Amino acid sequence: MHTPKSYRFSFVLIFVALLLAWLLNISSGSVAIPFGATLSSLFGRPVDIASWQYIIWEYRIPKAFTAILVGGGLSLSGLLMQTLFRNPLAGPFVLGISSGASLGAALLLMGTSLLTGLTSIAFLSDISLAIAASVGSFLVLLVVMLVAQRIKDTMALLIIGLMFGSITSALVSVLAYFSSAESLQRFIFWSFGSVGDLSSEQVLLLGGIVLLGTLLSILSIKALNAFLLGENYALSLGVSLKKSRLLIIIATGLLAGGITAFAGPIAFVGLAVPHLTRQIFDTMEHRILIPAVFLYGAILMLLCDTLAQLPNTANVLPINAITSLVGAPVVIWLLVRKRKMMF
Amino acid sequence: MAEPKNSIIEVKALAVGYGSKVVAKNINLSLEPSVLCGIVGVNGIGKSTLLRTLANFQPKLGGEIEIQNKSLEKYTPSDLAQKLSVVLTEQPTSKNLTVQELITLGRQPYTNWIGTLTSADKMHIQKSMEAFLLEELRNTKCHELSDGQLQRVLIARAMAQDTPLILLDEPTTHLDLYHKVQILKLLQQLAHKSQKTIVFTTHEIDLAIQLCDKILILDGDTNPFGDPCELIEQKHFEQLFPSEMVQFDTKTGSFKVNK
Repeated sequence: MHTPKSYRFSFVLIFVALLLAWLLNISSGSVAIPFGATLSSLFGRPVDIASWQYIIWEYRIPKAFTAILVGGGLSLSGLLMQTLFRNPLAGPFVLGISSGASLGAALLLMGTSLLTGLTSIAFLSDISLAIAASVGSFLVLLVVMLVAQRIKDTMALLIIGLMFGSITSALVSVLAYFSSAESLQRFIFWSFGSVGDLSSEQVLLLGGIVLLGTLLSILSIKALNAFLLGENYALSLGVSLKKSRLLIIIATGLLAGGITAFAGPIAFVGLAVPHLTRQIFDTMEHRILIPAVFLYGAILMLLCDTLAQLPNTANVLPINAITSLVGAPVVIWLLVRKRKMMF
Repeated sequence: MAEPKNSIIEVKALAVGYGSKVVAKNINLSLEPSVLCGIVGVNGIGKSTLLRTLANFQPKLGGEIEIQNKSLEKYTPSDLAQKLSVVLTEQPTSKNLTVQELITLGRQPYTNWIGTLTSADKMHIQKSMEAFLLEELRNTKCHELSDGQLQRVLIARAMAQDTPLILLDEPTTHLDLYHKVQILKLLQQLAHKSQKTIVFTTHEIDLAIQLCDKILILDGDTNPFGDPCELIEQKHFEQLFPSEMVQFDTKTGSFKVNK
């Protein structure tokens, strides 16, 4: 077996890659800042133009950390779902978790103005948006889990997830039809996905949520490994099924829901990254996969965000479009190459 | 009756089934260490249901099950995981596990919260791989294995769990005669050399008669249990199948098709 030791080199490599991706992400953006100046600023030395210092510390560094949290957390939630649902195609987007978060956010952003007649949505704090999106994703996750208990067929489960996605997006459309232009715009921008625009406090809050979800995942490592054999085998190994399942669901809901709340519904990262990670870390041991998937997802998200910024132009593409453009071909390639996706 | 001290599993007047539907009742058996016991019977008589009940996957409908003189229900899941291990007909969910990774999972009941392997754990894994001739295959993925090899891996995993009792549900189905015999011989060795009590369901009555120390016949009535020779003498195998189709030959201990 591959002991954790034999992956030490791969971990060093992936860590260096993360550092490079982080530097690349920080040194590129709508304002062209020379790489040397970026480095000086990072090491606390004075830079030529004062506004550069501000851009780097107040905008780019929080954004880069958000990208790390979003990419790592979403990928980890994808890994948890793939193991829990015994399904290589599971992920926050496919199972309708992101749609649930969208519905929660839509109800809050558009529904409140609709129901109360309040056109001003300024009083809506980001915390309430986070809560609404998290609750939405938790509810969908619970329903999918209940269905998964009764239906053992993994294909059926995926289709049910897609149907939930359709139902929620239909509800969102209905809400959008009746809501004001202002709140509709706010929702549309949220649904494009973005890792920028978060204040330091919000990054901190997101960091707390991701940390909690990651800790719960780490506590579930043994159960996750046992689930690889199937539930009956896990039971025979002394795993308490209900407790472990609940723990994993809470971790998944926190990660997928919390991240979707702050960064919008970001597609494909959760599904694709666990498979990409296994190209390097060819193991099923979650002790290795959890950190590896987190780091890999963080790197991918930093690169996608760098692309989305369209370096040196004022335009910013929706991050959701970039992750789909990168993620969907990857999934197709994996399916074609391996013919059957294995997990 | 066995000495209470040495009993591994003791089953009295057990009824098994689903909900209110009793599938099999009046089951009695008592096993000591180092015993290989086969459960035989026609399809649908409740062999798998019995095994699932013994493994605590589903509640019994009546009677008693004692593992090492303690009632089965009184064990916590983690305690029970150190008393009995299972080999099921269902395939492992992830076939992307390597042979060694899968066998390593057998050590879960003994490892710490994050699953660190001690030298004792590694020794058990190594011994299990040796016993089931898997050293060459240790880094092979399970989806690359033949049915017979995968079955050996699953049994090796149960051995690595190092429990006094091992339950196997139809370990020889889908295998050719050679591999059926190989698996059963390995199980017999495991029982006798490592002092394990092994209970398995099977349709290979001829092989079970030759290799098992005890046999339980589920016939939906008295469910006779005992040494294979005793059961032959008491003509219990004759009643297993309708006699106009197949007949049991007492001399050879095998079934003959009526021509």
